[in-house]
Amino acid sequence: MAAITAFSPRTVPTVLKHRAVHKLGLLALAAAVLVPLANARWAGGAWPDALTVDLTKPLTNASTWIVDNRDTHPLFLYFFGHVSNAIVLCVRAVYLVLLAAGWAGVTALSALVAWRVAGLRLALGTVAAFLTCGWLGMWVPTMQTLALMAVAVAASVVVGALLGLAGGLSDRLNRALRPVLDTMQVLPAYAYLLPVVLVFGMGVPAAVLATVVYAAPPMARLTALGLRGADKEVLEAVRSLGATARQGLLTARIPLARKELLLGLNQTIMMALSMAVIASVIGAGGLGDRVYQALASVDVGAALAAGIPIVLLAVVLDRVTGAAGNGSPSAEPRRTGWLYALVAALAIAVAGRLMGRLDWPDAWTVRIAEPVNRAVDWMTDHLYSGVPVVGGTADWAAHFTTWVLNPLRDGLTWLPWWSVLLVVAALAWLIGTWQTALTAVLAMAAIGVLGVWTPALDTLSQVLAAVAVTLVIGFATGIAAARSDRLERALRPVLDVFQTMPQFVYLIPVVALFGVGRAPAVAAAVVYALPAVVRITTQGLRQVDAAAMESSDSLGATSWQQLRQVQLPLARPALLLAVNQGVVLVLAVVIIGGLVGGGALGYDVVFGLAQGDLATGLVAGAAIVCLGLMLDRVTQPTERRTKKGA
Amino acid sequence: MRVRTTAAVASLVLLTGCGAADMTKQASPFANAQGSKTVTLSVQSWVGAQANVAVAQYLLEHELGYRVDTVQVDEVPAWDALSQGRVDAILEDWGHPEQEQRYVDDKKTITRGGELGVTGHIGWYVPTYFAKQHPDVTNWKNLDKYADLMRTAESGGKGQLMDGSPSYVTNDKALVANLDLDYQVVFAGSEAAQITQIRQFAKEKKPFLTYWYAPQWLFKKVPMTEVKLPAYKEGCDADPAKVACAYPHTPLEKYLNSDFARSGGKAAAFLKKFRWTTEDQNEVALMIADQKLTPEQAAKKWVEGHESTWRTWLS
Repeated sequence: MAAITAFSPRTVPTVLKHRAVHKLGLLALAAAVLVPLANARWAGGAWPDALTVDLTKPLTNASTWIVDNRDTHPLFLYFFGHVSNAIVLCVRAVYLVLLAAGWAGVTALSALVAWRVAGLRLALGTVAAFLTCGWLGMWVPTMQTLALMAVAVAASVVVGALLGLAGGLSDRLNRALRPVLDTMQVLPAYAYLLPVVLVFGMGVPAAVLATVVYAAPPMARLTALGLRGADKEVLEAVRSLGATARQGLLTARIPLARKELLLGLNQTIMMALSMAVIASVIGAGGLGDRVYQALASVDVGAALAAGIPIVLLAVVLDRVTGAAGNGSPSAEPRRTGWLYALVAALAIAVAGRLMGRLDWPDAWTVRIAEPVNRAVDWMTDHLYSGVPVVGGTADWAAHFTTWVLNPLRDGLTWLPWWSVLLVVAALAWLIGTWQTALTAVLAMAAIGVLGVWTPALDTLSQVLAAVAVTLVIGFATGIAAARSDRLERALRPVLDVFQTMPQFVYLIPVVALFGVGRAPAVAAAVVYALPAVVRITTQGLRQVDAAAMESSDSLGATSWQQLRQVQLPLARPALLLAVNQGVVLVLAVVIIGGLVGGGALGYDVVFGLAQGDLATGLVAGAAIVCLGLMLDRVTQPTERRTKKGA
Repeated sequence: MRVRTTAAVASLVLLTGCGAADMTKQASPFANAQGSKTVTLSVQSWVGAQANVAVAQYLLEHELGYRVDTVQVDEVPAWDALSQGRVDAILEDWGHPEQEQRYVDDKKTITRGGELGVTGHIGWYVPTYFAKQHPDVTNWKNLDKYADLMRTAESGGKGQLMDGSPSYVTNDKALVANLDLDYQVVFAGSEAAQITQIRQFAKEKKPFLTYWYAPQWLFKKVPMTEVKLPAYKEGCDADPAKVACAYPHTPLEKYLNSDFARSGGKAAAFLKKFRWTTEDQNEVALMIADQKLTPEQAAKKWVEGHESTWRTWLS
């Protein structure tokens, strides 16, 4: 998501200050009138009961109706059933092809594709990645995941491209689509697993559809962006040559948007892969399921063995599609190259088949589970408690809970509900327009109306704490990486791993270090959100105008002065974006937090899914979406919004 | 262009079969690949359930020549998956009256598969090292005395009663309220988190109070003693809000998809006969969870040592 946004520097602080005072004054005036009224009617701090709507009954009825009619109602027999069957057929077809190609064939074919679009180095990397999947004993699950991914990505690309086409060609559709895409992205995946499962049942179809919901938005956004961004002069020229609108679209606008389209594909693949594990909760099978099963027997090593292939797939797919988007090294003289390579790959596949070596040989697997588990045990044994001077991780977690999380939660729940709304309004208005402020306030109010005010504030307190920790560590690391190329290079693979490693893998170590509760939930969120923050910070600082840096150098500024007075102010838009991304990503892990004792909304969503309780799960999921919308508006500067275009 | 789309749609319709789609026959796309017969078993998230599945899978593969797919699903969704044929069998069910009524009695898409031979029991437990020092902690009436010792950063000044996965049957919030105890229920959120925390507590010999269940392999690693709650009587847990009694002892049961039960051949017959003891299950569970054998290795070990037991399931 990070790559989609563009930013411009902010200026005129004095005018802004005037406006800020103005806005706050207006808000204070509104508050002076409304608050006494509200207080007179509904006294007390928490959200008034009179203003809530209980959705339990309608939602429970809806879910019962679906279960009772699923096998007989025409809607299911003639529509959802076919959708489901089509997905099963497609996934199965891809899976059978992959199995028929055998491990040698699959490896050779992917290496070939990587070589042609991205060069020799990535081809070798691809081979290494696939062989590692085999060595880890994960060949079959890897193929299952690949089959699922291929279908999900294809469907996401089609859906996303169609939406993007609509948005790119019509301004009105573009405006209408934006909130829909926003919601699709903030919606925690877990929350819509449940309704999808109700309709389609457990398993692959539900998993593919849930993945499409999650992975289509970046494709849609980038397609629209690419179509809108096409060079006006070129379009003019095409039109003057007498091309019809459709010809213009096909011959000029779409080819010109190639870069955005490929970036969209890249983002879609990454998002889809990150769903691979979450989808395992609803029986998608493959690598995700292996991670999930390993979690059940508290076996970090086995979870890691299934997690590594996911990371490798992600890195390989990211680099290869990324290279394709940037214009490949072997872009020109290709036809014959493709042909030779294709023949070679086919030969390898056939050779593998003839030798009867379709399945990965069992003898060629390494068991990494045991040493990994020993390492994790050692770590948790020695760090959990009783480390001299600094205390153990369990003590830190307890202190963090007592001194940071508890006061924050108690403070937020102590605040009268209208004052929370006022604070949200003030923050959102200061950083954006009255529209963003209104959205934020309405989102917050919706949480109250849904009747989950208190747990939502609990979740909010955890999110705020996690964002604060993420920003402190992320900015520090980002600044260091911006000043040292060596560090940046060294960090890159680490950040890749953090970003793509399924969260289920580090749940157990996190609990083993920090105990059960909100502290490990915060820790998991920090691990997940940190890479994006570090990356955006580093990039933002590096993009600071070289001339400004040089002139401050020539004025004799020390390194610290330069950082504080030149780099950080100039990189302000990037830093704000980092804050925004930090918030969004932390929120995405709230539910994972529910699995380690984070409680509140995250737990409710997990509970809803585990008990098939649509009322609890969906309401909590909706509340998380509202929290996400509110936080996004409060941290998202207006300039970015107007520039975004998609 | 248009011709091609029409052709694609037409072939899709042909492929999926014209007319109605059967929502009760929704096998996994990974099943029956490469020409072998596949049985799909649902695994629940606790290791006991993994042990059942591991042994069943081993015997199905090595004695009966099936391919076995396993899918990890939570309990309630597993019923749903079973009714749709996405999985063929649940080998360990802890009692879901609502689902039994709906799927077994009304829709008849699920068939009872008989008892597993293991009796399950949920309760509140303290570590045995602590119970030995303070024998009176094993009665709920004295729990308040020890609330201070059970306090954690999460429990907000009260004692902590740790609950586990959201998918498990629990009345603990109601119990704490109705028995008027000075405790706070803290949900670990997953069994993995709960086990990890229990082991960390045990390493330091710290006192704790937890929701737990038997049979469970963890008892071998961290001996725990049950706390006596007011005795269970039939129907005392009928109203979830008013529960003030212990949990029942539940004979665990197996359930099969009805179609599979009818036409599943040897596999279905075998799964119906599958019946073993708590000790057997614990033996396998411990190998998986503690000695970190893969479920397959653990099953192999058990199968090699207990031929007389499993021979009868195959006949």
